[in-house]
Amino acid sequence: MLMDALLLQLGYNATLVAIGATLLGISAGVTGTFLFLRKRALVSDAISHATLPGVCIAFILMASFGGDGRNLIGLLLGSAVSASAGLWCLNWLTRNTRLAEDAAIGSVLSVFFGFGIVLLTVIQTLGVGRQAGLEGFLLGSTAGMLWADAMVIAVGGAVTLLLILLIRRPMTMVAFDPEYAAARGLPVSKIDMAMMGLVMAVTVVGLKVVGLILIVALLIIPAVTARFWTERSDYVVLLAGLAGGLSAYVGAAMSASAPNLPTGPIIVLMSFALFLLSLLFAPNRGVLAAVLRHLRFQRRVHLRQGLLALAQGQPIYEKLTLRLLRRGGMVRADGVATNIGKARAAKALRDERRWAVVRSDHAHEAAAALYDGLRQIESVLTQDQISEIDRHIGGPKEVLA
Amino acid sequence: MSGEEFVPLSLTPLLIGIFAAVACALPGNFLLLRKQALIGDAISHVVLPGIVVAFLLTGAISAAPMMLGAAGAAVVAVVLIEAIRRLGRIEPGAAMGVVFTTMFAGGVLLLEQTDTSSVHLDVEHALYGNLESLIWLDATGWSSLLDPQALAYLPVELSRMALTLLAVSLFIALFWRVLKISTFDEGFARTLGIRTNLLGLALVITAAVAAVAAFDAVGSIIVIAMFICPPAAARMMSNHLEGQVAWSVGFAVSSAVLGYVLAGYGPLWLGAQDAVSAAGMIATVSGLMLALTARFGPCRTRSGAPVGV
Repeated sequence: MLMDALLLQLGYNATLVAIGATLLGISAGVTGTFLFLRKRALVSDAISHATLPGVCIAFILMASFGGDGRNLIGLLLGSAVSASAGLWCLNWLTRNTRLAEDAAIGSVLSVFFGFGIVLLTVIQTLGVGRQAGLEGFLLGSTAGMLWADAMVIAVGGAVTLLLILLIRRPMTMVAFDPEYAAARGLPVSKIDMAMMGLVMAVTVVGLKVVGLILIVALLIIPAVTARFWTERSDYVVLLAGLAGGLSAYVGAAMSASAPNLPTGPIIVLMSFALFLLSLLFAPNRGVLAAVLRHLRFQRRVHLRQGLLALAQGQPIYEKLTLRLLRRGGMVRADGVATNIGKARAAKALRDERRWAVVRSDHAHEAAAALYDGLRQIESVLTQDQISEIDRHIGGPKEVLA
Repeated sequence: MSGEEFVPLSLTPLLIGIFAAVACALPGNFLLLRKQALIGDAISHVVLPGIVVAFLLTGAISAAPMMLGAAGAAVVAVVLIEAIRRLGRIEPGAAMGVVFTTMFAGGVLLLEQTDTSSVHLDVEHALYGNLESLIWLDATGWSSLLDPQALAYLPVELSRMALTLLAVSLFIALFWRVLKISTFDEGFARTLGIRTNLLGLALVITAAVAAVAAFDAVGSIIVIAMFICPPAAARMMSNHLEGQVAWSVGFAVSSAVLGYVLAGYGPLWLGAQDAVSAAGMIATVSGLMLALTARFGPCRTRSGAPVGV
């Protein structure tokens, strides 16, 4: 069943939903990346909650003029209007009052949503009927989606994507360094506004599929996921689009394959699964990579300290050190140094002595700054310099027993 | 309106609304000043999975396990946000966005997967609560306030909310000095030996307790609105923490009262038949208050910023 769904064999409607959701996921992931890099991820939360009153007002208007209150394009237009009102309030509050952006986000979000709830109850009491679809905007519902609805979503997703491709370069620059962008003569506030406009477009298009509470996840999670894998912004954008599209596609297919699997939450959980995988296993920035890095470092420190102890004839009690030395064939099972061990230990001690000379000599100041107790001296100084130092230290001396 | 009508139908929901609003607004003041205002938003989203899990474990709608579940979910969310922020080196806003949306999605999925048709548990209820239904049927008028028999049948939410308000106020009062110092100057607070991390966590937990209790009674919309709007409006009115807290309590109480009255009677005045959502109306009124103070409040600009720019 799931295979069928993934291969788009579940019928016309499910296929339509899956394609629409995928396009939406891609454009949400790509748009969200700029939002995330600009460190304004939660603005999308305010925008999405602010769509509710618009949806309700559009419904009331369309119903009272005798039309079908559930016309998707009308509802989406209404939501866009109230989302931009919310965005304007948000910007006004942060610019003209002492409120920080997070407080402005919270107040816009709660007030607009609260007002939307009031309007929802008004619609219920109006008794114009067929308002059942409106609750679907809270959590998304793809069950009864019409061909026209799916087309709106697919076209909306594609257009958003195209717009992003057009203005991605200035958006990247503003996201990374607004001051520099302003100095280069870019209209920063206009680009910011365009970015927010795109976020709004994605939100509005996504309302029907994932619902206004969860659309935020589609904007934030893929971008955060992609950030783990690369340090280059254009790759982040690509990967975020990929992650968003993949999770939307798999999520939509899964939700079509069984009853009681609402599309929005499944898509969100899918993208969280991708996020979790990245958090754990991404190279370099992932948790696993960090743990491995730490263990490698720990081993180097222990080995070095163990060798120095061997060279100075001190007993070693530390278990990890002993195990590392034994595994390297440097000590025997009873803790006595082998020939390899003795040679490595003598080298370690000599290096330490060389470092001591380097660090006491101002001429080597730059090299001395690199001393951390682990670095090979050969990687810092040339062979000639090392021989020079060795002349200072002198040859091997007899140890008095 | 006469006492016979007001006391049974409106007094208890009104009181519960006021208590919930004040209990959220008090910690909200500190969260706002610490730039953690959206913690309230995150908590109110993650409460849903907590409640659903508690329901799945106990199989019944009862207050205690649900409160525990919700509080547990709030703590899990706070820990997760912190873990993701540190492990992944992600900015706090995005970490918060990842966690609360995922947990909320999990809650919705669990809810859809379980058979809750026999009980009153759905997403809409969780979002906008049901303040209007918390009526006191045994009351007959003002005299019932002195009648022990009728008092025994007060909605349990009322006493629970009152207790929560008491606990929150006690926390704020007891830790007033350290909270104030650590909110405005964390470094200085640490040199005084105040354990700011622990205090911050305690503040978030207090907020979570208030949110969970209020959520149970009135839904999450009021919770988010009351955490942010009254303190934000109060911030425009005063430059002193004492003044801000006092103003925020005033705003919270008045938006609860005004919102409830407008929701219950506003449509009747306009000639309509039924009331609208009280929770939504309270949030709306608090937003209007914020809008007014943001426009006309004496301390609305950033200190040092020229007026009118």
